This record gives sequence, C-alpha cells and structure tokens, in this order.
Amino acid sequence: MTNFFKKMSNKFIGQSIKRVEDKRFITGKGRYTDDIVLPGMLHAHFVRSPYAHARVVSIDMTEAQAMPGVIAIYTGDDVKDLNGVPCGWQVNFRNGETMREPKHPMLIATGDTAKHAGDPVAIVIAESKAIATDAAESVQIEWDELPAVANPAEALKPGAPKVHEQFPDNTAFDWSLGNPIEEVDAAMAAAAHVTTLEFVNQRVVPNAMEPRAYIGAYDEVSDKYTLYTSTQNPHLIRLLMCAFVLGIPEHKVRVVGPDVGGGFGSKIYHYTEEALVTWASKQLSQPVKWTSDRSEAFLLDAHGRDHVTKAEMGFDADGNVMGLRIKTVANMGAYLSTFAPAVPTYLHGTLLQGLYVTPKINIDMTCVFTHTVAVDAYRGAGRPEATYLLERLMDLAALEMGRDPAELRFQNFIPKFDGVTEPGYQTQVALQYDSGDYHPVLERGLEMLGYADFRAAQKEAAKTNKLLGVGFSTYVEACGIAPSAVVGALGARAGLYESAQVRVQPTGKVSVFTGSHSHGQGHETTFVQVVADKLGIPMEDVDLVHGDSDALAFGMGTYGSRSLAVGGSAIIKSIDKVLEKGAKIAAHKLECAEGDLEYAEGKWTVKGTDKSIGFGDVALTAYVPHVYPAGLEPGLDFSSFYDPANFTYPFGCHIAVVEVDRETGKTTLKRMIAVDDVGNVINPMIVDGQIHGGLAQGIGQAMFEGTIYDENAQLTNGTYMDYCMPRADDLPMFETDRRTTPCPHNPLGVKGAGEAGAIGSTPSVVNAVIDALWSGGHQVKDILMPMTPERVWRAMNN
Amino acid sequence: MQINLTVNGKARKTDVEDRTLLVDYLRENLRLTGTHVGCDTSSCGACTVHLDGVAVKSCTLLAAQADGCSVTTIEGLAQLNTNGTIGQLHPLQEGFKECHGLQCGFCTPGMIMTAADLLKRNPSPSEHDIREALEGNICRCTGYHNIVKAIQWAADHTAAPLLADHHVWTNEVAVTV
Repeated sequence: MTNFFKKMSNKFIGQSIKRVEDKRFITGKGRYTDDIVLPGMLHAHFVRSPYAHARVVSIDMTEAQAMPGVIAIYTGDDVKDLNGVPCGWQVNFRNGETMREPKHPMLIATGDTAKHAGDPVAIVIAESKAIATDAAESVQIEWDELPAVANPAEALKPGAPKVHEQFPDNTAFDWSLGNPIEEVDAAMAAAAHVTTLEFVNQRVVPNAMEPRAYIGAYDEVSDKYTLYTSTQNPHLIRLLMCAFVLGIPEHKVRVVGPDVGGGFGSKIYHYTEEALVTWASKQLSQPVKWTSDRSEAFLLDAHGRDHVTKAEMGFDADGNVMGLRIKTVANMGAYLSTFAPAVPTYLHGTLLQGLYVTPKINIDMTCVFTHTVAVDAYRGAGRPEATYLLERLMDLAALEMGRDPAELRFQNFIPKFDGVTEPGYQTQVALQYDSGDYHPVLERGLEMLGYADFRAAQKEAAKTNKLLGVGFSTYVEACGIAPSAVVGALGARAGLYESAQVRVQPTGKVSVFTGSHSHGQGHETTFVQVVADKLGIPMEDVDLVHGDSDALAFGMGTYGSRSLAVGGSAIIKSIDKVLEKGAKIAAHKLECAEGDLEYAEGKWTVKGTDKSIGFGDVALTAYVPHVYPAGLEPGLDFSSFYDPANFTYPFGCHIAVVEVDRETGKTTLKRMIAVDDVGNVINPMIVDGQIHGGLAQGIGQAMFEGTIYDENAQLTNGTYMDYCMPRADDLPMFETDRRTTPCPHNPLGVKGAGEAGAIGSTPSVVNAVIDALWSGGHQVKDILMPMTPERVWRAMNN
Repeated sequence: MQINLTVNGKARKTDVEDRTLLVDYLRENLRLTGTHVGCDTSSCGACTVHLDGVAVKSCTLLAAQADGCSVTTIEGLAQLNTNGTIGQLHPLQEGFKECHGLQCGFCTPGMIMTAADLLKRNPSPSEHDIREALEGNICRCTGYHNIVKAIQWAADHTAAPLLADHHVWTNEVAVTV
C-alpha cells in the first residue's frame, strides 16, 4: 500500500502540535454529560443489591413513593418486556457447544436473584438527585442471602456456590489454542530446563476519572429519543440499545457522546442504566439523568484482568525456547459483558507467542462465572495478561538458568521482517504479525539504562539495606482488531471497520466526521494534522466532528488502540475521493487532462507550468458548478468505510529499576524506561502522553491496585480511600524513546499507541522486584500483585 | 438558608438547602461546571477550588461553610476581556497546554487549582515539591509526567510576584460588585 508519508506535505504530521481541544478543558468549558441540564430534567437513583448473591423476597416502595418530589419508581415487573444488555462476542466450547450466555436482567424482580453486589432492583426518579437518593434509601427490600463466590478458581471447585442454577459448574466456556497438547507435552519433556510459574493476574478497576453519566430524553412530538452518554462508541451503544434491549427504531434515536472523561475500556460497553434512563424518559415524557457516584462505579463498571494461571516454558540446553504450556482460569463475572468472551481468548491466547520463536505452544482457558461484576476489556485487554505471563517467565527463566535476561531475549527474538518485501510472521497461535524488528527496542532500552553500570551498582547495593533490581519486558501486542470477516469468524457479532466523511465546504474549509471517539486521545488535533497535510491546507481550515450519531452515518468507536489505524485510514479514503473528484474539476477549469495535473500545497498545477488552481477555488466550483465537467455531480463531500486487512502489531521494551528496602519491604520505582515501536507517529507529544498514561496504569497494577473481595464476594476496597491508584509522588519521570517500523497494510503506516504502556510495564516492575530480591539472596519466584511492602517483606522473610 | 459569597469576583446571594455541598452549589446553582466530581470520599481532587485564596476540595465542605468567603473556580482563573470573553490565560493554563498536561481533561481543573495554590506558596518548586503537592489529586490519563512538566513550565514562565498576587489573575478586585 502507498505510504502517504512520502506523498504528503508533512508540515504537520510528525510534529508535536499543541492540542486544539485543550482550551476548553483548561478554562473549565469542557462539557461532560453530567454538565448538561435539559429543561424539565429529572434525576434517577438506583436501588441496588447489598449482597453478592441474594433473592429478592419482597419490595416495599410505599414510603418512598409518598415522598415529595418522587415522580416514579420502576422495578423488574415494569421492565420485564425489555431484553437484557447483550454480549457482543460468541466463543464456543472446545467441543463446539455454544458458550453459556445468561440473560443480564435490567432490574432484579421479586423472586429473582441478584448475582453481584450492586445488581439493580429499582430505579427511583425524582425532581432532584438528592430526593431520588433519599427515596431510594426508603425502598424496603427483603432479601434471602445466598452463598457467593468471587474467586474464579474457587468457583470451579465441586460444591462452589452456583452463579446461575442452569450452569452448575459455573463454566461459561472453555477454549484452547495452539499446537496439539501431545506435541507440547513432548517438547516440554525433552526440555533441558522448564521454568514453572503459578500466579494470579489480579482484578483491577479501570477508574476513568469521570464517572459514567447518562441523560435519556424522549420527544413525543417527533417520537425521537436522545441519549447523552459518557461512552467510547456512541453508534455501537445506539445499535445495541435499539436492536437488542429496548426494541426501538434506530433512526428515531440519537446518541451523543460529548466530552468524556476517560474510558480505558470501561465505557465501551452498553450498560443497563443507559437503556433504563432512555426508556424511563419515554414513560415520563421528561428527560432523566443518572450519574454514577464513585462507589457505584467500583461495583458496576466492568473490571479488568482476573486470571489464575499455571505457565511452563521449556528451554533446550542452549537457552532456546522449545515449548510453552499454559492453563488459565479467567473470571468473567456474573454476566457476559459486551466484549468479555474475546478478552481471555482472541486478545490473549493469540498473543502468547510474544516476540519469541517458540515452536510449540498450547493454551488451555476455562472462563467462569462468579458473583462479581463483569470483567471485560481494560486498557490492553488480554495483551497485558499475555505479556505478563511471557515476560515473567522469561526473566525468571534467566535467573533460574543463570543467564542474562536481555541476552536470553535477544537469542529467542523472531528475526526482523517488514511485511512488504517479506511476508508477515506466522505464529503458532493463529496470528500473522504485520511487521517487526525487535532487537533495536531492547538495544536502545539497555543503552538508556546503562546496563553494565547498573549491574555494578546492584552488586554494591546488595551489601546494603536497599536492594536494587532491574526488570525487563519486551512485548508485542495487537491493535485495530480486524478485518470484519475474520473477527466474525472468531465470534464477533459486529464488524470492526470504521467510517469517515470529509465534507469540503464551498469556501474550501473542511469538516471531517469520524466514527472514532476521543475521550482524551487528542483526535481533534491528530486527525486534523493528517487532513491538513494531505490537502495541503492550514489546520485552522479543518474541523473534526465526532461523538454524535446524527452527525455521522455510522461509527465503531474507540478502543483497542484503533482510532488512527482504522478511523484515520477511513479519513484517508475519503480524502482520496475528494482529490480525485477535485482533479476532474481542476482539469476542466485549467483545460488540461487530469493526468497532466499534480496536487501539492493546496493546489492543482499543470506539470511543468505555472498554471494552477487552488483547493478553495475547486471547492467553490463544485458547489457553484457553472463551468463544470459534463456529467459530474456537484458537491465535494465523500464518505468511506475502511475495513483493515489485518491487526497492527506494535512492540517495545519496558525496563523498570526498583529499590527495595530490606527492612520494610517498601519498593520504590526509581526509573521507568519505555522504548516503543508503534509504527509511524503523527504527533509525538500525544503518543508520548499515551505511553506515559499506560505506564502509570501498568505500574499501578504491579504496585498498588487490586480488588479485595471477602468470603461473601463483597468488594471491600470499593472507594478511592481503599483502592490504591498511583499518585504523583508514587511515580518517577518516565524515560521514553521510539523506534519506527511502519505498518505495511494501512495508508498511514500507523499501529496504535493507546495501550502499549499498560501492556509492557507491569511485568517489568514485578521482574525488577524479583531481581532485587535475588540480588539479596532471596530466590523467590513470585510476589502477588500488587506488591505491597508486606508482601515483599514476607517474600524476603518466609 | 441564604448564603452570600463572592465567586470569581462576582457577589452571589443564593438560597440553598442546608445540606448543599459547595461543589453542588457551584455546579448546579451557578452552572460553573468546570469544577468536577470524581469520587465520593474527598480523594480525587477534581473538585478543587480556592476558598479565600487557599485550595480546598469543594466536595468536602458545605456551601454554608463558605458563606462570606471568596471562591475562585477554574472559570475565574484566566483574565477576562472587558466583554467577558477569555483573555490572557493563567501561566498554569498555558503550561498545561504547552506540556500536554491533560488528556481527557476531567481532573485538569482540580490539578490547575491545586498547582496555583502551590505556586503561590512556592514559586520555584522542585519536582519533588510538585509531586508532593499533587498527592491529593488523581489523574488516570497522564501518569503525572506532563503535569509535573506543566507546573514547572508555569513556574519558569511567571514573574514570582504575579503568582503571589492571585488577584492579578482572577480580576477579583476589578469585577467585584
């Protein structure tokens, strides 16, 4: 495919242009859903199950209904005709049986059973949020509490509490991938060394800073609904809500995702509250707003990770990886969320070759129901779990075999391939990597680290109470999941393309409509950089429109680091159509053949002459077609859909340096180095920012974050007081650099940068602590994340 | 009950329910929605405003407790032109844009208000000082790296007296009724 980097003016592409969107956010003029007030707007509050597993015996709303300002209270009986929120991905059991897909009820009706703490029982709608909250507290529910289970491995044991009566073994589905197990068993049996690690990739909470908020507004005159929603994908929400939950006509529904305060995956999914405020606004003919509070967010926003794994990596006597055998139990929560089945399977199992030439791999996944909120894609979605597994094994194997962890990686790296002059790399686990060159990222990382000097310092530190450790992680991930035909064959119930419209206004100004959604990624800047360069016009002449289903025909939204690779490519397709038609108009005006024209710097020029016509003049001609090619339609406005040929495969090297206090077990992250190759880069400043944020979340999982459930499956750390996220004084300045291996199959050569930081960093930090402990003579294999001082201390003192 | 406050230089007299939090008063009564609510435990700092020139979490006090006080929100930080449009930005606002100190923008107003308080007390903070000062503000997007740089940028691009005299930036004197 043509590399437009060579063809464009590149005045803006590759430049750290300051963000266009910033002014409204730094002046307090951002507009998030909760900032919106509609005339006559009512406020909703949900009555929720305080238990992880309990049957609703009775509901008494008498007192609540009598409270002044209460407008309506709806329970499960009122919404029994609505369908539950659907799951968007079907994975089948190994034996071909369809995955078990329990209905996700809108409200738990009398006689029915709540399956996790926070499951909604009633929606109270009142004139103010305070009244709704007061009234919700006055709704009396008699509960029959039942035993519950939160741990996925426990849920599989005989006699474990059942989440769904009809699925007594709590299994949602099982799944395997890779080489036949007999071949892998043989490879492992023949190995000179096998590194075995049993570990937990703990459950974490996405915690976007803006809690979810929705406003449903029904207009009885036009019979049209508007939903304002803090979502990552407005069109997808519209489709799911209309077609699967409410059964209302899609063309009568407008979904707007205004400014959205972060997502990290948790705002991809269609949630019950979204559909219920929309439904209720019609019942009451008034807008209904619901804004989650943080405690609700902890209970209800889909969580991430939650794997229990046994992994074995076999090496020959020279240190070559010979085989990988993996058995993992993955927690799905009580219901299957929108993309949940894909996360432990096609976004995790398929990445378990990593960067290494591993001849035999077998993955055995069991995905189970528990009495917890659903687990779904959280920044990285499956790839962090895969990277954690591989990179923990690699560093531990080096320690066990007395090898240098960097050298062991260099030895096992897949050789360089560009995907153009040579094919992509076919893994043992279904994927074909598009392009890769893995040595340079690790080489650069070691250079930034000052590896030889570090090892000398580490030896000195081992004589003191402050141990030093270094941890490596070299990852490959998969972004822009596609093409639609492939994901469809793998069980996706949606296509994974993107659409874009480029509307050239009569004066030559350009409105670009994208189905991608920006909730921090800076699309209003980067996408405009691309368009302005491709058209050779100032950035000020281009405006990006996103987040409104009435503005653009369709869109698949933003997740999986897909916006530029997929959404940007759709924009390029539309621009190509604009330039193609523009050339016809220009040729007519200049009285030459189209082939005699070249387009650069915002004008068509007759090659070898000074005769030219500007982009603005051509645009005006298209809308005032007085002197115009015969048979050509007026206007200059094109839509496109882009369905990629493959995923993109960014890769990189993350290196953590830690200091561990031998007396207290306290770990200090001293350095965090990241060398990422995300393909071509449009705006280095924004890409660095994405990497920084990902690193912080990955470090957060290693050092601070993790849900704690008690024996009744109650989340005991569901507030910011109790759930520890990285704060400014927990982190160092990050040291980042890049290498560039363009994507061979999309026009911009871009791969995606949104999740890489969170994918590579977690194992590097844990590896660094393990390395520090080994340097002090403590040959521990694993420390449970988050690595609290107590856990590190116990690892040194048990 | 009735409360009297000066908010971003304007005198405000409002009847509020006794239990109204300052943040709800600002967001709902005055429609100053730049101040955000990110948690329910006074942990995240998205609601940070200045109360009589000192950074406070506006979810942690009642509007009634601010009676008689002067409040500055993110909307009041830039200089305003005579026609009320946004004029010269505060150095921190410039710094956050220059250094890409924000992504989704939700924590940003609180970060900027906290940092403004820091720079008033400490016009040339070290990286350590900045990180300590931000301990009560959570950002989930940036990893804090560029927020630290943004605050350093603001410190480097401001004459110290300007930061010390907050009124220069809020026009409080000029527009107080």
